[in-house]
Amino acid sequence: MEKLINGATIKVNDEGYLTDFTQWNKTIAEEIAKQEGVGTLDTKHWAVISFLQEQHKNNTPITIRKVGSSGVTDIKEFYALFPNGPLKKASKIAGIPKPVSCI
Amino acid sequence: MEDLLIKDTPSINGVDTKEPIKKMCFILSKAGIESVYACFIMANGARMEGIEAEIFFTFFGLDAVHKKRLEHLHIATVGNPGMHIPTFLGGLPGMESYASRMMKKQMDAMDLPTIHEFLDILTASGVTLHGCKLAAEMFKINKDDLYEGVEDIITIGDFYQRAAGEGTHIVFV
Repeated sequence: MEKLINGATIKVNDEGYLTDFTQWNKTIAEEIAKQEGVGTLDTKHWAVISFLQEQHKNNTPITIRKVGSSGVTDIKEFYALFPNGPLKKASKIAGIPKPVSCI
Repeated sequence: MEDLLIKDTPSINGVDTKEPIKKMCFILSKAGIESVYACFIMANGARMEGIEAEIFFTFFGLDAVHKKRLEHLHIATVGNPGMHIPTFLGGLPGMESYASRMMKKQMDAMDLPTIHEFLDILTASGVTLHGCKLAAEMFKINKDDLYEGVEDIITIGDFYQRAAGEGTHIVFV
C-alpha cells in the first residue's frame, strides 16, 4: 500500500515499513520518527540508523545482541533512544524491513 | 438477525478492540537450559515489543541467577522425552554434560547469548529480576550469592503486588 509522508507517496507494507529502500531519505526518517514517538533524531540516532542499514545491506540478521555489541551504542542507550520496541521502531525509521528474530 | 458470537467480543462501536499486553511477569522455577532460555527469550521478546517484564526466580530457578551456578546449567538427558534418546543411553556417565555442551554450542551458533550475557541484556533492557525469599531461605542463598542485577529477594505476595494492573499476565515456567 502507499502512504503520504511529507508530501511524497511512499510504498509501505501494512505495518508501515518501507518496501522500497530507494525511496528512503532523511526527511522521511524524521517524519516516521515523529510518528513513532521517538521525536527529533540526533547524532546518536543517526549512528544507530546507519548501523542497521549497513547490516541490512550485508544481509546480516539483526538481533538485539548485535546492536549491543555494535560499538555504536549499548542496549540501555538503545532503549533510551528508541523507547518501547527499539528494534521495531529503529528499523522502521531506517527504512529497512522489521527484523524477524526472537532475540 | 445479529450474530450472538460477535456480541461476546469486546468492541467499541462494533469494532473489535485488541488491547495490547502491558506487562509480562515470569515465575521461573526450573534450572534446565530449556526452561531458563525459554523464560529469558520471552522476557526479552516482551521488552522488544515495548511490554514491561519481570522475572521471579524460585526453587531451582534460583540457579539461573546464582553466581556460581549460572554458567553450569544442564539439559536433562534422563526422563526427558524431548531428548529422543533411550533412558539407558541418557543415564551413561558424561551424557548430560555432553548433551548440555552440544546444546550450548548450537545456541551460540544462533547468536543466543550465554546466561550471564543474557542477564546483562535483560537488565539493560529494563527487565526487573527478583529472588524468592522462601526458596532462598530453603537453599541458604542470600543476595550476595546472586547476579548483581537481581534487585532484591521478595515474597510471592510482594510479586503479586508488582503484577497488579490491567494488561498484566503471569507465566509460570
